[in-house]
Amino acid sequence: MLRIKNVESGYGRLKVLKKVTMHIGAGEIVTIIGANGAGKTTLLRTVSGLIPARSGEILFEMKEIGELPPERIVFLGCSLVPEGRQVFAPMTVKENILLGAYPQYRRKRGDQVREDLERIYGLFPRLRERERQLAGTLSGGEQQMLAIARALMARPKLIMMDEPSMGLAPLIIKDIFSIVTRLRAEGGTVLLVEQNAKAALGIADRGYVLETGRIIMEGTAEDLLSNREVQRAYLGRDLDAEGTM
Amino acid sequence: MLGGMIAVTMHKLVPLPLAILFAVVLTMIVGAVIEIVFIRWLHKPSVLRMVIITIGISILIREIALHIWGESVRALPYFTGSSVSSINLGGVYISSQVLWVVGIGALAVAALTAFFGLTMLGRQMRACAANRDAARLCGIDAKNMVTLSFVLSAAIGAIGGCVVCPITYVQYDSGTQLAIKGFTVAILGGLGNSTAAVGAGMILGILESFSIWVLPTAYKEAISIAILLAILFVKPSGIFGSAEAARLKEF
Repeated sequence: MLRIKNVESGYGRLKVLKKVTMHIGAGEIVTIIGANGAGKTTLLRTVSGLIPARSGEILFEMKEIGELPPERIVFLGCSLVPEGRQVFAPMTVKENILLGAYPQYRRKRGDQVREDLERIYGLFPRLRERERQLAGTLSGGEQQMLAIARALMARPKLIMMDEPSMGLAPLIIKDIFSIVTRLRAEGGTVLLVEQNAKAALGIADRGYVLETGRIIMEGTAEDLLSNREVQRAYLGRDLDAEGTM
Repeated sequence: MLGGMIAVTMHKLVPLPLAILFAVVLTMIVGAVIEIVFIRWLHKPSVLRMVIITIGISILIREIALHIWGESVRALPYFTGSSVSSINLGGVYISSQVLWVVGIGALAVAALTAFFGLTMLGRQMRACAANRDAARLCGIDAKNMVTLSFVLSAAIGAIGGCVVCPITYVQYDSGTQLAIKGFTVAILGGLGNSTAAVGAGMILGILESFSIWVLPTAYKEAISIAILLAILFVKPSGIFGSAEAARLKEF
């Protein structure tokens, strides 16, 4: 579905991504794990069009999207749930959700919006309760749900999520990750970027490890979970200490 | 200024409603051209940068207007009645043009409130103001929204200019004073809230008129600036705006 080949990108003079190559097949949950500053967010911002790729190619359903602005990429069916939620704070929850449906209106599928809204409220009952509240007054978890809901309203074929667990309580993280698996069950494709490697690999099919702008490892989620290097660097297991015990 | 001036000039050729319509449309086109030429190509312009650019353009337009129309003071005729006729409202005699101003002002506010609150396009504009990147990720063309906001404000300015100019007259440099008062009123009411701005406008107008009792008439114009400073120091969210709602906005 998404194929990235030798992509380089960054901000100003700073090159953050160095020859990143990866792919995502339809119906998969793929996760990218890595430490702070590894380039995870930059990668998603590049794919979504917020930052132009300097070189390499980004193919979405066999179509080159490296040069397109974000508003065009969304129309093609590739949505980003940005880092830090980025909800429209001074607008109501319902307005936020309906704005997410803008590509649907433009595709002349406005009649599906009502049905989609019901589906979203089914996934996130809390949002229905808070329909008329201003988005900025929601809790962090509710804002994350709203950000996901907004992206889903465009009926994306691929949804990319940037650190959906950031700053949230463990119980809410569990809720959000169960939504992610539910999206796959309903035929969706998810690219999940996480610092919370353990949780992300727990639900993903495959994973990539990003370090200082390079993919240093890839494999199935089980392989990565059992890989000693990954365990040491990202899963917080102290193998040396365990060995001496 | 531009709206009023164009309407005055056009009124020599066509009837009043047509002249006003023409003035409004032409001013909207000028607004769009300004945005497309000066703002659109900027990469992520900050609000401050746009303010400075538009102030510069306003000076430019003023000078061009001076060249075209000269220094003479002009006015549109009263929409109904004349400058000496008045309407008796419960014992108070009011010039009919004042009623036009109030009526069209109310209509404009109602239309704007409906536009921003109920239409998809209005919501898109608010979304862009709240969070530009997130709006683009929803498929909204942020650049077009900025153009639209210039066109919309040009239209409102032109309508306002046409309606008030029978009373206030219009000259190549009228508008600067109005801009300061308009800004004061917008801040006083709470930015982004047009209904509150109307209330704040009433308050400012009454304060200015009554200030003549205590201060020399020359200070009348200073009142709005004094209020602007006071409100920025004491309650930047405006007298009608809630601090909570203001906190959620980005400027």
